[in-house]
Amino acid sequence: MPDLHKRFNEGSSMSSSRFIITVIGIDKVGIVAGITQIMAQYSVNIVDITQTIMDELFTMIMLAEIKEENFDLAAFQQAMSMKGQELGVEVKVQHEDAFRFMHRI
Amino acid sequence: MLIHPEEILETIKMVSNENFDIRTVTMGINLRGCSHPDLDTFNENVYNRIMYYAKDLVKTTNEIQNLYGIPIINKRISVTPISIVAESCVATDLSSVAQTLDRAAEDAGVDFIGGFSALVQKGMTPGDLNLINSIPRALASTRKVCSSVNVATTRAGINMDAVSLMGKIIKETAEMTRDSSGIGCAKLVVFANAPDDNPFMAGAFHGIGEPDCVINVGVSGPGVVNSAVRALKDPSLGDISECIKKTSFKITRMGEMVGREVARRLHVQFGVLDLSLAPTPAIGDSVAAILEAMGLESCGTHGTTAALALLNDAVKKGGAMASSSVGGLSGAFIPVSEDQGMIRAVQRGSLSLDKLEAMTSVCSVGLDMIAVPGDTPASTISAIIADEMAIGMINKKTTAVRLIPAPGTKVGDMVEFGGLLGTAPVMPVHKFSSETFISRGGRIPAPIQSLTN
Repeated sequence: MPDLHKRFNEGSSMSSSRFIITVIGIDKVGIVAGITQIMAQYSVNIVDITQTIMDELFTMIMLAEIKEENFDLAAFQQAMSMKGQELGVEVKVQHEDAFRFMHRI
Repeated sequence: MLIHPEEILETIKMVSNENFDIRTVTMGINLRGCSHPDLDTFNENVYNRIMYYAKDLVKTTNEIQNLYGIPIINKRISVTPISIVAESCVATDLSSVAQTLDRAAEDAGVDFIGGFSALVQKGMTPGDLNLINSIPRALASTRKVCSSVNVATTRAGINMDAVSLMGKIIKETAEMTRDSSGIGCAKLVVFANAPDDNPFMAGAFHGIGEPDCVINVGVSGPGVVNSAVRALKDPSLGDISECIKKTSFKITRMGEMVGREVARRLHVQFGVLDLSLAPTPAIGDSVAAILEAMGLESCGTHGTTAALALLNDAVKKGGAMASSSVGGLSGAFIPVSEDQGMIRAVQRGSLSLDKLEAMTSVCSVGLDMIAVPGDTPASTISAIIADEMAIGMINKKTTAVRLIPAPGTKVGDMVEFGGLLGTAPVMPVHKFSSETFISRGGRIPAPIQSLTN
């Protein structure tokens, strides 16, 4: 059976350990500082970052890379969303494949 | 950045504002090795077999949900039709098997388990008959077990003895779950051309010809399609079709990614992706709303069948382009109780049972989650089933009936089921009798495959 599943599910493993982090909410001082502070604590590296105001909402999108082998994603997600609540913004951490698969063939 | 910020925000909006979700990850488990003449041994085999494969299903699915940030609403299990694996049991009452399935579902942490089923399109074996007769007790004594009976196929015709029997079984099931408005019937489906790999409940079972264990995924997103269609400015119907196609493409891609990753981590085969627009009671997450977005004043009025045909076909085209593994039911569901727009249409008087029947000839599945008065005769329910089976048989498609003759209710009452099952308005049925026709029994022969007019 293990051989079978390999054959059937070939090529489906995750392509990277890169995550898209989105921060959406009302603009105020200290959002970027607060969010990146948590990222530094978890040794999450920023590969790319973009920031705009969309529909009057502060929108920051980061492409982040995780280098550690035994990274605790759930703990990181929880820390990020708690920081978000503190700052009054919504923070999401999602694997980049979620977007790559939907928008790229 | 590889992915455009607008695309990222589009995906996030689908989830947070438009109720996009992976509706179900369903693990199909083969039980054929469990057969045993002694019912207790058989039950033990069934339980162990399910737990062997399903113990990590929920944990793994939750991990994937967090990884991608896409909600996975239900985790479910489907098993080989119990009538087949319990055929050699000496006992005739198989309700204890349902209780075993219920216990396994509870311990595995899944929402539903499907497969208390029989395939009787051409005739019934003693095992099939034992199973069907056990359905009312099985559904009354369990919470998570779903049952289905396939009574017709395009190749075999319609087994009218089974149709007649199912009318009585549905009535009996409603009566035995009278305290909760006949909710047992919400977990019982009668099929024509039932698919072997459908991940959606209540009709899921692990068909013959499937592997030992398989992951099938059901994706949904009527809310996403609804928003996309409504965002178009003065579109032609061609534009609408194009828009639905593109939207269902995106939804399907996401489902395929999730399904493959779950299967990979559980070391089992990935089966199919079922792209079905399955409405939920959430506002805007409605198939009726999509039809109304196309320009109909109220779902059920003239033009509804044409609009639904366009929708159903565009969904399939988008899905087929996005994944080579599209299967199951794939199309648009029209369960009345689970769709705010359908409920409103019934209350306004624009949607009748007869129109719903016509709609089922162009969309996936059939008369779904419809409450009828508690005093509806069994033969009338059988006749409604027979009509629906005929549509499936002739059109070479899956059709199904899930009716709830809610005890003590009359036309216009509302029946509350709670959760995803929603609220059903009790709809009128024809007063004229079908008794003699149904009591004749026998078989409606398989249809001719040429002279197609």
